[in-house]
Amino acid sequence: MTEHDDLPAAARTRQLEERLIAAGLTSDDEIDEFLTRLYANASPVNGALMAARAWTDPAFRELLLADGNAAAAVSGFSVPPPHEHGYQLRVVANTDQVHNVIVCTLCSCYPVSLLGPSPGWYKSFAYRSRTVREPRAVLAEFGVTLPDSVRISVWDSTSEARYMVLPARPAGTGGLEAGQLAALVTRSGLIGTALV
Amino acid sequence: MTYPAGTRVRVRAFDPDHHTRMPRYVRGQAGEVVASLGRWPLPDDSARGITPPRVQTCYAVRFSAADLWGSGDHTVTVDLWESYLDRA
Repeated sequence: MTEHDDLPAAARTRQLEERLIAAGLTSDDEIDEFLTRLYANASPVNGALMAARAWTDPAFRELLLADGNAAAAVSGFSVPPPHEHGYQLRVVANTDQVHNVIVCTLCSCYPVSLLGPSPGWYKSFAYRSRTVREPRAVLAEFGVTLPDSVRISVWDSTSEARYMVLPARPAGTGGLEAGQLAALVTRSGLIGTALV
Repeated sequence: MTYPAGTRVRVRAFDPDHHTRMPRYVRGQAGEVVASLGRWPLPDDSARGITPPRVQTCYAVRFSAADLWGSGDHTVTVDLWESYLDRA
C-alpha cells in the first residue's frame, strides 16, 4: 500500500501550504484545526440516517428535498450555510423513473459532513470526466445496471451547493426499524453509484 | 436579470485566463434553468482577490447529453452564476 505522504498530490499540497504559511496567510495550527473540525463528525452514517428517515416520514422527506440544511438541523447535524464556510445541501431523490448521480468535474466537491471523506475514485479524472459523458456505462462498472426506461440525471457540483442522492427504499423492507433501514444505506448509494 | 425555473439560457462563450467555475464542456451550450440557488460571491472575482467580489444569483441549469456530446439520453445539471448566462 502506498503511503499517503508519497503521493505527488500530497507533496504538492504541502508545498502550497508552506507558501501560504510563509506569506503569513495561515498557519499549520489553523490548517490542523480546520481539518479536525471538517472531519470530526463527518460520516456516511449521518446521510444514511437522513435517507432512512425520509423513507418513513413523509414530512421529513418533503423538508429534505426542499431545504436540506433545515433537514440536517432537525436531524442533529450542523450544516452551516455557504457564507459560514458551509454549503447549501441539495438532495435529489431517486424514483422508478429517474436515477441521480453526483460528480464534481472541476475538483471533488461533496457534502463531507454527511457522507464522510470522499472515496478515492470520486476524485479520479476518470470518474469526473466519464460520469457527465457516459453515466450509464460508469454505473454499470459499479454494478448498477438500470432499465432503459430509467432516466439518468447527473449533477455537477460547480457551486456552493453540495448534492446528496436520496436512494429509493428497497422493496421488502417494510418490517425494518429505523436503525436497520439506515444500515442499508451506503456512501455510494448517497452518491448514486449504488442503488442504496 | 433573474431567470425563473423553465427559462432557456445559453452559457456565454468565454474562456477567461483566470479562475472560473464554468466548466468548459457547457461553454456556448443552451439549457434550462431548474432552480435558483441563492446569491453568492462570484468565484471568478474572489479567486483573484477582487474586493468586494460581485455577488450574483447562481442557477442550476440542466443540459441534455445529446446537446453536449451529440449522443446519450441523460441530462447533466450544472450550477452557473448569472454572469455566465444569457437568455437563449
